[in-house]
Amino acid sequence: MRDLRPWRRRRLRCSLKLVVARIVVLGGGTGGTLAANRLRRQFGDHAEITVVDQDDRHIYQPGLLFVPFGLAHADEIVRPRSRQLHDGIAFRRCAIDRVEITDNTVHLADGTILPYDVLVVATGATLVPEETEGLTGPGWIEKVFTFYSLEGAAALADALAAFDGGRLVVNVIDMPIKCPVAPLEFCFLADWYFHERGIRDRVQITYVTPLDGAFTKPVASRQLSGMLAEKGIDLITEFNTGEVDGVGGRLVGYDGREVSFDVAVVVPLHGGADYIGRSPGLGDELNFVPTDEHTLQCKVAPNVFVIGDAANVPASKAGSVTHFEGETVVENVRRHLAGEPLVDGFDGHANCFIETGFHKALLIDFNYDTEPLPGHYPSAVGLPLLKESRLNHLGKLMFQWFYWHSLLPGRDIPGVGSSMPTAGKHPVDATPAGKD
Amino acid sequence: MSTTTIAATEVELNDEGFFVDPEQWTEDMAPELARREGIDELTPAHWQVLRFMRAEYFAKGTGPTVRMLGKTSGVSVKELYQLFPKGPAKIAARIAGIPKPRGCI
Repeated sequence: MRDLRPWRRRRLRCSLKLVVARIVVLGGGTGGTLAANRLRRQFGDHAEITVVDQDDRHIYQPGLLFVPFGLAHADEIVRPRSRQLHDGIAFRRCAIDRVEITDNTVHLADGTILPYDVLVVATGATLVPEETEGLTGPGWIEKVFTFYSLEGAAALADALAAFDGGRLVVNVIDMPIKCPVAPLEFCFLADWYFHERGIRDRVQITYVTPLDGAFTKPVASRQLSGMLAEKGIDLITEFNTGEVDGVGGRLVGYDGREVSFDVAVVVPLHGGADYIGRSPGLGDELNFVPTDEHTLQCKVAPNVFVIGDAANVPASKAGSVTHFEGETVVENVRRHLAGEPLVDGFDGHANCFIETGFHKALLIDFNYDTEPLPGHYPSAVGLPLLKESRLNHLGKLMFQWFYWHSLLPGRDIPGVGSSMPTAGKHPVDATPAGKD
Repeated sequence: MSTTTIAATEVELNDEGFFVDPEQWTEDMAPELARREGIDELTPAHWQVLRFMRAEYFAKGTGPTVRMLGKTSGVSVKELYQLFPKGPAKIAARIAGIPKPRGCI
């Protein structure tokens, strides 16, 4: 991994040929906000930065997991998008119709055309529940829920409070999804929640996944499968949901298998934002943007950069990934405008707390080349990796403060670099998941 | 990783049964690979998927997922499961001699 520090400190002044660069950032979520704030710090008045979003509600998405269990209220995890942007950044509230990459313009739904020198795509991933037969049919938000939206999480809180026993099924329809560990965390927290209510023995919890194990990476998958078993949570793997029958209470697999439920918590299919599909040449079949996994430059337009879930890079769709991408995106925007070669700065670094209930959490840390390993983070002294601890749970709770006050403003978190650290990690035998 | 003989040719497969080097694959290996996956006969519809998988792999560096196959191969997801009941993307990738599709992160 290349060391990024020398160029981080270099400022734009000497190298930028343009007097004022027009930078349009599409999306005012995690990626768009932190990119805009970092760009503003990098360029000052040498760039005119406009952030576009269709609404002014910035949701702290990691908080959605806690809403169904009454551990957070929907109102507590939403703030205005515009207030997270530094002075000097324009915020434009409007839906996006399309991007024309051939003439470097963004067309807004109200007819406005925004020309750009550099475009940053940060519109994340969108839920597409309607792509699964029956999912949004009868029973949706009555017996079939999702916690991947604010409204869904709030409705699920009421449903769980009224649930006094039966079959709770948690189902991921297909990858990719945002925060791939969240459905597992939901299972662990549900186990804890029903314990606390004294009815755990009356609730059967089943995790149904299209993967061949609890998680995508072998060592973590073994650990997490073991934890599901310890907590009495059933695991059904390689289940590809073809239909959700809300009235009959059944998940029906494409291979004919069925799983019955009284309440289903479904993570719907994800895609990129709709406008990407309307933008000639910009997206792939799922409306994600083909992106170089190390430079984060769009593969079809050199003056377009992509941050966060909108990119098709083989990294987790997670806030930590987006945060670690910020440094590379901003440096490569600078280099592109200055006519310099781009830096292969991003290594796929992801860092995720996994809530396991009972005031404990696991921490995993990995990148494109190294799967989550045991040890400590960020060095030999630090938070335990791949192991339950109260310290990790506190870390997860504290993260919300860091999110609003450090991550979105585009600051680095002390002691946490963008590249994945290797000190403190212990290599282990990585037998493929599902093979042991 | 192990070396196996398919259609009288030695090829390298990884621990999960995927080709290590897709260039080692030839079309005459497909029927034998299919039988190993419980598919007795490769129909023109199977071949349509296998050829599409290889073309996508060489164009994009990874084979498509089931969902992408359903959107782009001309074969619906339901039909894909009829052709490759144990999981279209994975099984078709094994028979088509390409690595495991990288959709699952």
